[in-house]
Amino acid sequence: MTRRLSGIPASFRRSLHRAAAAGLLAASLAIPGTAALVAAPAMAQETPVRGGVLNSIVQPEPPTLMLGLNQQGPTQTVAGKIYQGLLTYDRKLNPMPSLAESWTVSPDGLTYTFKLYQNVKWHDGKPFSAADVVFSTSKFLMEVHPRARAVFSRCESIKALDDHTVEFKLKEPFPAFIQAFEVSSAPIVPAHIYEGSDYRANPANTTPIGTGPFKLKEWVKGSYIQLVRNEDYYKKDLPYLDGITFRVIPDAASRSLALESGQVQQTQYSDLEPFEVPRMKTLPNVTLTTEGYEFVAPMAWLEINHRVKPLDDKRFRKAIAYAIDRKFIRDKIWFGLGRVPTGPVNSVVKFYDPKVTTYEPSAEKAKALLDEMGLKPDAKGVRATVKLMPMPYGETWTRLGEYLKQALGKVGVAVVLESTDAAGWAQRVANWDYEITTNFLYQYGDPALGVARTYISSNIRKGVLFTNTMGYSNPKVDELFDQASRENDPAKRQEQYSEVQRILSDDLPVVWLLEMEFPTFLDKRVKNANTTAIGVNDTYESVWLAK
Amino acid sequence: MIKSDFWRAFVRNKGAVLGLVILIAIVVLAAFASVFFPGDPWEMATAPFQPPLSEDALLGSDMLGRDIASGIAHGARVSLLIGLTSTAAALAIGVTLGALAGFHGGKVDDAIMRFTELFQTIPNFVLAVVLVAIFTPSLTTIVAAIAIVSWPPLARLARAEFLSLRSREFVQAAITTGQSNTTIILRQILPNSLSPIIVSASLMVATAILLESSLSFLGLGDPNAMSWGYMIGAARTVIRQAWWMSVFPGLAIVLTVLALNLVGEGLNDALNPKLARSRG
Repeated sequence: MTRRLSGIPASFRRSLHRAAAAGLLAASLAIPGTAALVAAPAMAQETPVRGGVLNSIVQPEPPTLMLGLNQQGPTQTVAGKIYQGLLTYDRKLNPMPSLAESWTVSPDGLTYTFKLYQNVKWHDGKPFSAADVVFSTSKFLMEVHPRARAVFSRCESIKALDDHTVEFKLKEPFPAFIQAFEVSSAPIVPAHIYEGSDYRANPANTTPIGTGPFKLKEWVKGSYIQLVRNEDYYKKDLPYLDGITFRVIPDAASRSLALESGQVQQTQYSDLEPFEVPRMKTLPNVTLTTEGYEFVAPMAWLEINHRVKPLDDKRFRKAIAYAIDRKFIRDKIWFGLGRVPTGPVNSVVKFYDPKVTTYEPSAEKAKALLDEMGLKPDAKGVRATVKLMPMPYGETWTRLGEYLKQALGKVGVAVVLESTDAAGWAQRVANWDYEITTNFLYQYGDPALGVARTYISSNIRKGVLFTNTMGYSNPKVDELFDQASRENDPAKRQEQYSEVQRILSDDLPVVWLLEMEFPTFLDKRVKNANTTAIGVNDTYESVWLAK
Repeated sequence: MIKSDFWRAFVRNKGAVLGLVILIAIVVLAAFASVFFPGDPWEMATAPFQPPLSEDALLGSDMLGRDIASGIAHGARVSLLIGLTSTAAALAIGVTLGALAGFHGGKVDDAIMRFTELFQTIPNFVLAVVLVAIFTPSLTTIVAAIAIVSWPPLARLARAEFLSLRSREFVQAAITTGQSNTTIILRQILPNSLSPIIVSASLMVATAILLESSLSFLGLGDPNAMSWGYMIGAARTVIRQAWWMSVFPGLAIVLTVLALNLVGEGLNDALNPKLARSRG
């Protein structure tokens, strides 16, 4: 569900002698990056023009493009051009039309009615109708998509009122419902292909049929995925592009080179490592933006297992928070990408409240709290020893682990680093077999969809990753999250979410480290790309290339 | 006088003397790392990305402001420790198996040699990576993994020596006088087959250091121990911004491995009986 890579497999190829040679290599490569790239001629023309193929990167290669079955980051970016949801969202996370042209919500917050676009056709030429939406949301996604299941199981009924109108009736109010129609959260799939079949084994999964502005033409595994213009797209004259090609480039250095040389015009998410960003943003042919990730809104934190002493004591967790300089983490480890968080909710997510307990770095406060707990330093200055298992998702997370070890060491908390591979990490965290680890989760626009799951006690589920793996439990927090998820009045909801944020920032079930930002690099010739909260995962129907 | 003969033969090889000097310097650096560079090498001592010759960092600092020079000194400990202990372990396995195979011959020899070949068919480094990855990286597992992938050549060497020495008169005599097999192996044959084993062991220390560096470079080093391979691995990503982060640890590895190879060659000259005879 997230785009996470292990650095190890790609490195297997490096030979034994590489290490010794690296020192010598370094000397010959030390010339600063003087990118001899010609700046694109100034462009006066701002009216969209038809034609051209956009080249981008997909990394790692997705296992499938059937978005209903797989929502890993790379799948979303490619399949977001093929499939569509009912809605998309602007930068402030307000709903915008996608397959639905308009929608209404009844005053009691129980009935959501969507008017669909006319003349929409599936890529195989069959007409799209409300029946497809009903099938997708009431049958298909309920079986194969856990995140969608959690949302649509709140529906009492899902009905097609006519061929172009769908009505969702909820059992009880759930105002976050309107945030749940983004393409990866609820992709609409063709009923005529999937109805009555074994969804996961359907042969059509290899040739995805969607309604989007681009169709799959060719997928050469290990090389590229080629999408071409959907000539029958229901919006007149759209899309502008003739096609989009996603290249599979497993080597990180080659990915930066592909952008530098202009071979690709777009990179996204973790295609480029944070340490490449300062250098790449000085290139004359590209622009950098960190917008377009508001919907995923990742939040990174120090995850603490409350089943282990003394980690169950909130004074200890606060001492950890005081010992860490989060600005250093943002500036030196993430090279300036991201924002220093205040509390559990990412500041771009709805109902974020900055008025919470915050923890400015202070070794004195940390030591005072540890003293208060009776954890006095021994002869070596060690008050307690904890095991930290950094998330094995590449260089940056390793650096973070090393920094945390030093930072906690300074207040007398000795850290033993444990290393593990991606599969081992997932297995150990899901089964609560860890003391402290680093982690990040997407927040999906609304606290009810992406924040509550980490802290409510009903979501303490052994063996399931991205749940309340810390074992944190506070009845007041459970109650507030529950009330807020059912509250129709936005003002009251804000109050409840503000209160829960205040409680959480004082209980400190995890130590929030970074509101992560991903870099999107776009060639200056690419226009209109990345305009919504789902950014590079959107349809790209109105993206065009300046000549 | 065997000893002065040995020394004379050794110093005749100028390269070997140079190697020995470098090696001694590295050993001193490792031994006195905490004196030259007190404190933790992981400590963020200065501003990040300081170039060499700056105030607090002679060889520059890395992306978190850690002193490269301190890392190299403390890393020397890890590299030498792993090089020596894993070679010792490989010697123990390799010489024991080789001695048994060479002394007993026949079916025992066949069995042990097939077992050895099994290890020789698997690429060294890949096996080491797999072992370390399975048993989670720590100093112990790294030493064990390196020993496990390094012993087969030693076993073959020891076997060859034992095979040829076994038919010599002094061994036959020892057998006739009723000495036990263990006594013959340990007191008659082993001392006479040591020369080539010492030479290859000295070269193996160099290989072990390279193996450890490569493992650390791939992120499979002990995360709590500063090592040269780790430093280069971490520096690789910022090589265009901070060349010094990879150049100096790289030089440390090159020098150490070179020194060990030179010393090994000197030992070979000094211990090889044929060369000694030709000097007459």
